[in-house]
Amino acid sequence: MSKDTTDPAIETHALAKSFGKTRAVNGVDLTVPAGTVYGVLGPNGAGKTTAVRMLATLLRPDGGEARVFGRDVVREADAVRGRVSLTGQYASVDEDLTGTENLVLLGRLLGHRKPAARERSARLLEAFGLAEAADRQVKNYSGGMRRRIDIAASIVKTPDLLFLDEPTAGLDPRSRNQVWDIVRVIVAKGTTVMLTTQYLEEADHLASRIAVIDHGKVIAEGTPRELKSSVGAGSIQVRLRDAAQRPDAERVLARALGTSVALAADPVELTARVSGEESGSDTAEHASRALAELGRAGITVDDFSLGQPSLDEVFLALTDHTTQEEAAA
Amino acid sequence: MTTTTTDHTAPATYVPAADSLGEVFAAGEPPPRPSALSSSVTFGWRAMLKIKHVPEQLFDVTVFPVIMTLMFTYLFGGALAGSTEDYLQFLLPGILVMSVVMITMYTGVGVNTDIEKGVFDRFRTLPIWRPSALVGALLGDMVRYTIASTVILVLGLILGFRPAGGFVGVLGGVALLVVFSFAFSWIWTMLGLLLRTERSVMGVSMLVLFPGTFLSNVFVDPRTMPSWLQGFVDVNPISHLVASIRGLLHGRWVSDEITWTLISAAVILAIFGTLTMRLYNRK
Ligand SMILES: Nc1ncnc2c1ncn2[C@@H]1O[C@H](COP(=O)(O)OP(=O)(O)OP(=O)(O)O)[C@@H](O)[C@H]1O
Ligand SMILES: [Mg+2]
Repeated sequence: MSKDTTDPAIETHALAKSFGKTRAVNGVDLTVPAGTVYGVLGPNGAGKTTAVRMLATLLRPDGGEARVFGRDVVREADAVRGRVSLTGQYASVDEDLTGTENLVLLGRLLGHRKPAARERSARLLEAFGLAEAADRQVKNYSGGMRRRIDIAASIVKTPDLLFLDEPTAGLDPRSRNQVWDIVRVIVAKGTTVMLTTQYLEEADHLASRIAVIDHGKVIAEGTPRELKSSVGAGSIQVRLRDAAQRPDAERVLARALGTSVALAADPVELTARVSGEESGSDTAEHASRALAELGRAGITVDDFSLGQPSLDEVFLALTDHTTQEEAAA
Repeated sequence: MTTTTTDHTAPATYVPAADSLGEVFAAGEPPPRPSALSSSVTFGWRAMLKIKHVPEQLFDVTVFPVIMTLMFTYLFGGALAGSTEDYLQFLLPGILVMSVVMITMYTGVGVNTDIEKGVFDRFRTLPIWRPSALVGALLGDMVRYTIASTVILVLGLILGFRPAGGFVGVLGGVALLVVFSFAFSWIWTMLGLLLRTERSVMGVSMLVLFPGTFLSNVFVDPRTMPSWLQGFVDVNPISHLVASIRGLLHGRWVSDEITWTLISAAVILAIFGTLTMRLYNRK
């Protein structure tokens, strides 16, 4: 898509923005390679929207700098606007107008003549499954339809970089999957996507890299796999046939794995962390050794499962970490 | 969507198809950027669509002027000119100005609440002439001002107003009023962006509008006022606007009053337009 392929889609250095005493974004360094989906993951109030608004030229940073395809978001805002599209967190189309009117309006503002704008609107509505709702006011759309028209409005002109601010917040699983599919097509066509989300699963599914932010700071960055292994562990869950053997099993597992073992509410179940040095295969190896030890000790295992740490666990581990650092500081 | 039959099943059965979605991306060369005029007119079209979908918003350009006209004609007519019919010839142009200038306030409030909505974020990320969203909204409001003027003039004609300037005079008067109101509206767009709540915008607007319209030649000849008050009335742009329109409607070509009106409109536009855009860009 982009002509200057050497430039990353987004590059920020010490980007900062405060509202009064709130440091909404507090020194963020990011590099987003072109042509990928980049996930920005953080809880409520982390500063995701503020960061996206600065990158989309809507808010002026009070510190640091940000470039989009090599163009400064403040000094060359107009050039940046020519290449990006924003689907905001809240209603980003005019709710009083119909679907068609919204898309024709944007088509006209992007320089299409009326017939071309009409044609493009019709095709977009068709592709987004909104053809039947084309002449209804957007305020009467369902949540899923609304999110789709929001995204359709962002690609009336194909952007080189698309910001999606919490595109699936409040959607049911089916609508969420539709949005995911749309995002996959968009990125396959060469548009870079920056997606903010509170759902770890979503970032894991879509993004090739993820930045985890909290209190306006990046607390971790990398591929989903790197993030998981940085926490350094998976877990094994074991179900025994006989609850009476649980104390023995606990002792065996603790010795074999070198970690403490958690006893579940279910009297036949135990969970233990498995330290895998770097990759998942180590985790599996340790786990199978531990299972063998159980067998040797005469403990009957009915069922077991091996889990990679979920991004939820990663996130909790990372944010806990910062809370402790703050407490220590 | 060819297989679904009702709107309600559409979201449930929609499956994003990679090929049809992909197709909309391959839409050829992007068109050239629209001109400032073109994007402003497009936003004006948006304002017309909003009137179409939310016609209630025409309430304040129809009912309000009717009440104003009836109220002041019968309240002051007998006392000030002996008969309402005589007074109407003097008052109606003034009431026309007062009503329309007061309606400009709703414009400010309307633009302000509009800007707070998420859709303005989208407009502000478009590579277009920056003021066009506001200019377009105000172009749409010029239609509202024209409707209000028409309502008042028709009511006036029914009540016995007889403009000696004829159709051309009336047309000229309304045109001048609408142009002035366009410029005047930028005061409210600025206030709308500056003040936090809709209520404070209304409050400050009233503070400007009441003295601005009453302390003028709308109701009485300024020669009846004490000299310190005359001083204010003479520099008040509303007075020049009223004098121009009174002249035009009654077939008198008052070129110096018209010139003053246009100059004050240009000055208001320059000052408050600039301030508005500054605030708009910083938001
Ligand atoms: N316009 C504003 N004025 C004052 N404070 C603001 C403003 N916008 C954001 N904030 C504050 O900045 C912080 C970051 O907000 P932001 O909206 O960027 O978070 P977020 O990560 O998008 O959260 P959410 O998931 O809830 O959307 C919050 O503490 C918020 O209260
Ligand atoms: Mg947000």
